[in-house]
Amino acid sequence: MATTGVMRPGHIQLRVLDLDESVEFYKNVLGLVETGRDAAGRVYFKAWDERDHNSVVLRQADRAGMDLIGFKVKDKATLEKLDKDLQAYGVSTERIPAGELLETGERVRFTIPTGHVLELYADKTDVGNGQPYTNPDPWIPASEHGIGPHRFDHCLLYGPNLEDTLKLFTEVLGFHLVERVLMEDGKSLLAMFISCSHKAHDLAFVCHPEPGKLHHLSFLLGTWEQVLRAADIMSMNRVSIDIGPTRHGITRGTTIYAFDPSGNRFETFAGGYETYPDHAPITWTFDQVGPAIFYHDRKLNERFLSVVT
Amino acid sequence: MSTFFNVTIEDTGEVYRCRSDETLLCGMERLCKRGIPVGCRGGGCGVCKIQILSGEYQKRVMSREYVSVEEEAASIVLACRVRPLSDISLSVIGKMKKNVCATTDKVREGAG
Repeated sequence: MATTGVMRPGHIQLRVLDLDESVEFYKNVLGLVETGRDAAGRVYFKAWDERDHNSVVLRQADRAGMDLIGFKVKDKATLEKLDKDLQAYGVSTERIPAGELLETGERVRFTIPTGHVLELYADKTDVGNGQPYTNPDPWIPASEHGIGPHRFDHCLLYGPNLEDTLKLFTEVLGFHLVERVLMEDGKSLLAMFISCSHKAHDLAFVCHPEPGKLHHLSFLLGTWEQVLRAADIMSMNRVSIDIGPTRHGITRGTTIYAFDPSGNRFETFAGGYETYPDHAPITWTFDQVGPAIFYHDRKLNERFLSVVT
Repeated sequence: MSTFFNVTIEDTGEVYRCRSDETLLCGMERLCKRGIPVGCRGGGCGVCKIQILSGEYQKRVMSREYVSVEEEAASIVLACRVRPLSDISLSVIGKMKKNVCATTDKVREGAG
């Protein structure tokens, strides 16, 4: 599939309760690379193999959670087109000037029916992954620091109005539905996993009465062995682990859920399959939600549906 | 050397020992008791919300989304952010309280 419109999740701005403690965690336990700090006090990170300047932005606040998630689009013309398409669809958009987020171009910001703030942008400075674009080595020492994920990969968001949200993402933003979990009625969406690329999910949602909640942000690892290594590093550092290492039925990814020092859940995962827009979506019925989420335990843990920030 | 204190969960009558250098939630988890619901353990999700009925404690920053200034003044806190400075008596008020009390009963029956 040619990725022509919305390409990938590019940045997430997270609220943390204690900035210094969180910077130490994201830099030395998770193993992201700090790339900058701005006048507002926000701290910027990227994973070692990402090329753009930032993917995770921390902001100190009095509550945990997610401020916004930004998706990179192919170019400026795509950004202009999508802004017009969103407005024509009835979504009001706002322009955030270039530079408000370090090394990031103009952003188109809007709120989706689940209550989350989304942004589209076309430009973010390419700072590279520590390797030249000519004759690079396969990895660098930074890739072994901490858990050392390859990239910020996707998010699972909790909020209401999943059907309207799916329509917006598929009809305006070019996403396709990859997997879904149905409610007891066999019709309404309990959860959905959508992609704008080859990835099994670029974004996921679970139906939840409170709008705008973060269930987790996810970081990609290379192998199951690295998932086990991540669990070891979490235990060495007394990181609060939610569940795992285990496997998801949905997307087939191998995974650990854990919490950052402010209680924002994060995932380190590997694997899953590749998807194309012509693939029929996979459906999980309500009675099989256990193995769909946690394939080995075959039931949800008590935190999955109730612990969000 | 850390000091041990007794923590009483008034809802269930359970008592557990908690060190002065660990949180009320951590102490409970260490003994594998089920009384206070366990969420993120980082002050962010509000699941382990409790009210301290008596005793001295120290606390760290916790999410205002789940504990207001007024509540904090009334000793309503998140157990994952509080360390005991004396024996503590508390009541569970987190949003998973119902499950937890039911589970506690089940665990007791199972153990009995």
